[in-house]
Amino acid sequence: MIRVHFGSSLRDLTGGEAEVQVEAASVRRLIKALDDRFPGMGERLAEGTSVSINGEILPDAIYEDLPDGAEVHFLPTLAGG
Amino acid sequence: MTVTEEPATTPGYKWVGTRPIRPDGLEKVTGKARFGADLVLPGMLEAAVLRSPHAHARIVSIDTTAAEAMPGVKAIVTGADFPDLAEQGARPDAVMASHNVMARDKVLYEGHVVAAVAATTRKEAKLAAEAIEVSYEILDHLLNVDDAMADGAVLLHPDLKTRGMDPAPEEPSNIASRINHERGDLDKGFADADVVVERTFTTKPVHQGYIEPHASVADAGQDGRAHLWCSSQGHFSMRTQTASVLGWEPSKLKVTAAEIGGGFGGKTVIYLEPLAVQLSVKSGRPVRVVMDRDEVFRASGPASGTKMTVKMGITNDGQMTAADIWMAYEAGAFPGSPVGAAGMTAIAIYDIPNFFIEGFDVVVNKPKVAAYRAPGAPMIAFAVESVVDELAQGIGMDPVEVRLKNAVVEGTEASYGPKFPKIGFVETLDAIKSHEHYGAPLGPNQGRGVASGFWFNAGMNSSATVHVNEDGTMTVVVGSPDIGGSRASMGLMAAEEMGIDVANIQSIVADTETVGFNDVTGGSRVTLATGAAVVECCQMIKDDLKARAAKTWDCEADEVEWVDGQAQHTKGSETPLTLEALAQKSGRTGGPISATASLNARGVGAAFSTQLCDVEVDPETGVVTILRFTTAQDAGTAIHPSYVEGQMQGGVVQGIGWALNEEYIHNDDGTLANPSFLDYRIPVASDLPMIDTVVVEVPNPGHPYGVRGVGEVGIVPPLGAVANAIAAATGCRMEDLPMSPPRLLDALNQAAEAG
Repeated sequence: MIRVHFGSSLRDLTGGEAEVQVEAASVRRLIKALDDRFPGMGERLAEGTSVSINGEILPDAIYEDLPDGAEVHFLPTLAGG
Repeated sequence: MTVTEEPATTPGYKWVGTRPIRPDGLEKVTGKARFGADLVLPGMLEAAVLRSPHAHARIVSIDTTAAEAMPGVKAIVTGADFPDLAEQGARPDAVMASHNVMARDKVLYEGHVVAAVAATTRKEAKLAAEAIEVSYEILDHLLNVDDAMADGAVLLHPDLKTRGMDPAPEEPSNIASRINHERGDLDKGFADADVVVERTFTTKPVHQGYIEPHASVADAGQDGRAHLWCSSQGHFSMRTQTASVLGWEPSKLKVTAAEIGGGFGGKTVIYLEPLAVQLSVKSGRPVRVVMDRDEVFRASGPASGTKMTVKMGITNDGQMTAADIWMAYEAGAFPGSPVGAAGMTAIAIYDIPNFFIEGFDVVVNKPKVAAYRAPGAPMIAFAVESVVDELAQGIGMDPVEVRLKNAVVEGTEASYGPKFPKIGFVETLDAIKSHEHYGAPLGPNQGRGVASGFWFNAGMNSSATVHVNEDGTMTVVVGSPDIGGSRASMGLMAAEEMGIDVANIQSIVADTETVGFNDVTGGSRVTLATGAAVVECCQMIKDDLKARAAKTWDCEADEVEWVDGQAQHTKGSETPLTLEALAQKSGRTGGPISATASLNARGVGAAFSTQLCDVEVDPETGVVTILRFTTAQDAGTAIHPSYVEGQMQGGVVQGIGWALNEEYIHNDDGTLANPSFLDYRIPVASDLPMIDTVVVEVPNPGHPYGVRGVGEVGIVPPLGAVANAIAAATGCRMEDLPMSPPRLLDALNQAAEAG
């Protein structure tokens, strides 16, 4: 199971839930599962989103595998200087 | 001074951590290095850019007839010469980037490009640009977030609706987006506090102040391809962005990186490149475009001006209980301020159980902002660290102790969500606390301030190729422009990996057709990510060399090891083969020795800095003198300590300028009043003491050499450190940057009047 944490900007889609557990083996499948459960989530996460997997922030993570028990956060994509 | 957290774990590096002379130094001090404006091609034309004199206006018409007939003029481009990306279904950010390069129906800031001219000489091009007749319908303009967010404000973009609102707004506004982070129970948090401080702060747009203006040379061929030379922080990114504006496939453009005279984030975006290419296409000649300094100020991207309200609570025993933060960041003419990063970094150094952070990205009639070292973080750190200083005073606790008591550590859930990996924040606080500077005596009108800061590091895509030359030297080929010593750090990591003298390794920056793709040089990422690619190349080469030695000795590969730059038989039964010996015979063992690695870097660390500042304030003039400044920063492993110290010092110096003097000053008509280094005051060497550095080394476990990015976090704390020092010296808590003499004198006089 993957523990998914939702920041405030996504909780309008989750009915206020800040954390859910989802069965998924990759980020792509996780987003699909989340979109099924919270319609509109897939579109919201399609643009400008980085993914933190067990604390490591990845800017382009759609095809990343997710180890069982992973903690996932969706974050804005950042620009550095 | 270097503080290493765990010396026992440092595996006795021979080259990493040494200070060889910088490889680009000789060419730069002898004037041989070629920067963006230095390239001259046969038949090259010079260009000039016509820019809007108005902050906000509709373009009614553009007539280039007279200009085209002027002597020497070979080509003119306007918005009509660039594709309509919106019509082609491009993403809104790509459309806006295109409109920032060349205005279409509206100009949105003074300096917005309206047309460009290529002529035989620059003077002819400038005269022709002035002869272009543009008719404008002047519109109301907006220069700050208060005016832009007000009901009924004139709209910069009639279709812009705020993202991140629930419910989504039906009406357009100048607010491009809203961000929000929250945790716990804010009311309870403030109820638990013994001391609560709330203040509102403002900062002005400031420029990165790179010494080299933007410059670009383009040479378009008859085959639909073009070669572009430019000074940038990422020539692959310049290729991508330029191709997008032109509607070209990126592979039609070849981009060669010029040496760069400073970027600090400001050279991650395009301004001149599409103009140069399109003028070259139209004229059939190479074209050079170079900004003047006033164009750099008027039309390239500064850091956001901001307005921020910070309310924080603390218990008498020093536990922070709550933070309520509101921020509005100017984006300039198009959406995209770094308010998202500001929201994520605002209180990231503290473990606070209850908080609410809200931020707004607001468009105004100023140049579109660009990245500037740790984009978005210094301003909110100024506000938060000022309030934390006041909280410490309120409970009578040492400011470093307050920070230590609330500091995030490995495993702390960051305010933006994930748990921190291994980090070195506490170590930077300890380094400052134990530094002799911290307890040094102060004189009259003098004060001491401390502040801390955090910034992310990026990984992203990097490629490298390493060749072994026939004389046993090596060439490291990278595609990351060297903006802060990356050629040196690549060479040192390659030397360490290969066990050869760093003097026998040359690192070069190759063009977009010679090396694999590299993301932009930003996010303090290159030593980590491109370094990882170089290390991977070296590891492949070592495996290859061991196999070649095994072939030479007619033994199994696992009987060969690589030690101190040479292949050795594990049983000592063969005379070791040096890299030079293997290189000279490479034709017999499989051909040239070379390896290429491309990767999307992992194992990114996080960067923290704590800084200590002493000031003296002249009560008669409001002039602030920086007496002493010490900065402690976690560098992971300092690959080349001199460059690390230079990055730390550079960040501090730019932060001091931001704190004390730098600001965009606009006239009532929306034009910039100080577009020169005479009137836009950056610190110079005579303004400053030596910036003392303490390189803290808490190795990043995610990188082969423990690297953390060091280029950005150094600019996060200085604004707060200087403000806190001024507050300690004067009793005046400055809420508005810059804390320039007139502004500080006014505050001192008001404080005196108030008794």
